Amino acid sequence: MVDLIYQLFPYAIAFTVPLLITSLGGLYSERSGVINIGLEGLMLMGMFVGALIISRTESIYPGTAIWIGLLAAMLFGAVFALLHAFACVTLNANQVISGIAINMIAAAVTVYLARLISGSGNIQIIRGLSRQTIPILSDIPILGRLLFTQTYATTWFVLLILVVATFLLYKTRFGLRLRACGEHPHAADSAGVNVYRMRYMAVIISGACAGLGGATFIVTISGEFNGTAAGLGFLALAALIFGQWKPWGILGAAFFFGFASTVANVSQVVPMLAQIPGIYLKTFPYVVTLAALVLSSKYSLAPKAIGEPYDKGKR
Amino acid sequence: MDYVVEMRNIRKSFPGIIACDNIDFQVKKGEIHALLGENGAGKSTLMNILFGLYQPDAGSIYLRGKKVNIVNPNVANELGIGMVHQHFKLVHNFTVTENIILGLEPTRALMIDTRSASAQIKELSQKYGLNVDPDAKISDVSVGMQQRVEILKMLYRDAEILIFDEPTAVLTPQEVRELMKIMRNLIDEGKTIILITHKLREIMAIADRSTVIRWGKVVGTVNVADTTEEKLAEMMVGRKVLFELNKKEAHPKEEILRIEKLSVAGSGGAKGLKNFSLGVRCGEIVGLAGVDGNGQAELVGAIIGLRKILSGKIILHDRDVSTLSIRERISTGMAHIPEDRHKHGLILDYSVQENLVLKNYYLEPFSHKGLLNWDYIYDHAERVIKDFDVRAGEGAEASARSLSGGNQQKAIVGREFDGNPDLLIAVQPTRGLDVGAIEYIHKRLLEQRDQGKAVLLVSLELDEILDLSDRIAVIFNGELVGLVNAAETDENEIGLMMAGGKRGATA
Repeated sequence: MVDLIYQLFPYAIAFTVPLLITSLGGLYSERSGVINIGLEGLMLMGMFVGALIISRTESIYPGTAIWIGLLAAMLFGAVFALLHAFACVTLNANQVISGIAINMIAAAVTVYLARLISGSGNIQIIRGLSRQTIPILSDIPILGRLLFTQTYATTWFVLLILVVATFLLYKTRFGLRLRACGEHPHAADSAGVNVYRMRYMAVIISGACAGLGGATFIVTISGEFNGTAAGLGFLALAALIFGQWKPWGILGAAFFFGFASTVANVSQVVPMLAQIPGIYLKTFPYVVTLAALVLSSKYSLAPKAIGEPYDKGKR
Repeated sequence: MDYVVEMRNIRKSFPGIIACDNIDFQVKKGEIHALLGENGAGKSTLMNILFGLYQPDAGSIYLRGKKVNIVNPNVANELGIGMVHQHFKLVHNFTVTENIILGLEPTRALMIDTRSASAQIKELSQKYGLNVDPDAKISDVSVGMQQRVEILKMLYRDAEILIFDEPTAVLTPQEVRELMKIMRNLIDEGKTIILITHKLREIMAIADRSTVIRWGKVVGTVNVADTTEEKLAEMMVGRKVLFELNKKEAHPKEEILRIEKLSVAGSGGAKGLKNFSLGVRCGEIVGLAGVDGNGQAELVGAIIGLRKILSGKIILHDRDVSTLSIRERISTGMAHIPEDRHKHGLILDYSVQENLVLKNYYLEPFSHKGLLNWDYIYDHAERVIKDFDVRAGEGAEASARSLSGGNQQKAIVGREFDGNPDLLIAVQPTRGLDVGAIEYIHKRLLEQRDQGKAVLLVSLELDEILDLSDRIAVIFNGELVGLVNAAETDENEIGLMMAGGKRGATA
């Protein structure tokens, strides 16, 4: 049992990280008052760009190709998210519909381009990110084996972003204004905060995070772009709600999904889990999410002005 | 004479209406200047122009003798103009401090310096006698405190000219007195106050001068010391206003509503209703007096069917209606003017005609075989608009949101009176309305009574209760303290009962 957990942990963490960073992206957007259902599409964009750039550069710059790819994915995610920001903030469009449009465009564009490029529609990278064991910390009893062995550099980078996000959101000017835009944009506006600019920034950041999430999934888990984000973006969205729009709540929710999915994925090869029909394990995280969302909906801490285009003149 | 604010020939029109028609307006430094007018007269528009929320079509603004161009509220802030809006602009889950510093946050090493900000706010709060806790969350503090936070927001930005938009509309009488004291403190510290209001009594109590606006035009500016409430009212409405209601003797008949030992659970910190019994007869107005939050909302909610009851009976027309649906109760002859016209009275984004049939759209002739009969609904709306003098820019098709508060209320009153209900439950029917509209609604309520209908009037305004009611029930802590004939009581006695004192107890 204990050994099983030791074995599963690195995989669970690896699976958690793309979810976590994408969900954090959603956090920025939604805390500013813009629903971002487009996370799935933004992630897919990140996967495509990441895989493409890495596959083209890894023979030239073997060491740094992965990092160039991750950076490019962030950049493209941000640019792609501009579309969502333009529709939701400038044009006052319905945010849910714009998000769905983002998902559809991403699916179509990436698959089309991938087919043009590779013929098969899949883009493979030769070398993913390698796992590293952190020297001293991994000697700590229990925790050392759980957290500090076989880790990816991206994991630490994303955790750093989590800490920075918490700091930004709760301790700085930027965060106070961002949250005000999501709760009561008229209050923010009358205090001299440019609601449109804040929301643009938030949506762009969310695109960058989701793009990074997609590319991270490529370099740590899948190793290839195959035309789908497999619902990870929606899972990130669920983690955002389950985590009650709070950074550390999101960490907990994302880890829960990551762990549960890992258990489901490996269940066939672990004798202890093989007894349980796979369908129960596979649906487990989703069923729990549904139950949790139903139970917590009464006390939902969703930003108050979420989903409402900002209209200066409205009384 | 130098003025701190001077607005010259201000003109602003909206589709279908000229809100400001060449208005001249001057304010002296250090005075409380009341801007008086009926709802929709243009006073809020004028102040929104001064605060930079609207741009005037023509005219110019001078501050301390210098011409200024106020293109947005930020410019107004920089020029030392602050405004407390009627609907507060506060973030509910932020602290008082966070709300005040938003947009002008002091920082230290990238972080917001909450500690020094909160100390500064505490100091300001003490200086002006505001008594605000800088670390409290907005959602936890009273409406009066929220208003003081809005005042602090202006002071924190060093505003010299403070605009208050209908500041007393949401306050209890005690809080109003408190606010007036604060305003005097502000004047003593050299600030200038512009007070938008339609309450004459407040102007008499606190303002130095008053400019009266009617239909977008200035009627005149007067020294408050040289005028009377009657004269101001006449200027505002354009005709003599009857402060004395022409109230005939009541001829009550059989009892139509009987509440027996009703108990209702309280919500949100309120105390609920305990063992409450009361009867209302045809041809009388029963007033329910009490301080806000003593069970009025629970009682009304239970009668109309918005709240579940714990025990007891609600008998209407000899029939217990306590388990009936709201629609069934309405069809038994009950009508309701709700306390909060935005929450329970209107669907703001619907048109006036749609709002006027909310309760009976499904009946012939408003609909026929499941389809709405728009021609009839339109004609019906036009008739109600005419009968009840609802002023809407685009008539029946105007959205309810575009109407001023007074006209929204008139539309609700029109809808509720329209079905000729046997029992009318009117909760704060004149809240936030101007003298003309109040007079009108009071007249209609008395008419209703004289036609042999029953009215249950719930109000926080003691004057209103005393003026209109035939009998007065006083509620305290969810219980009936007493039931007295209006002719045999006065403000003092009711006031004491509202604080829980039984009748006959020594004062």
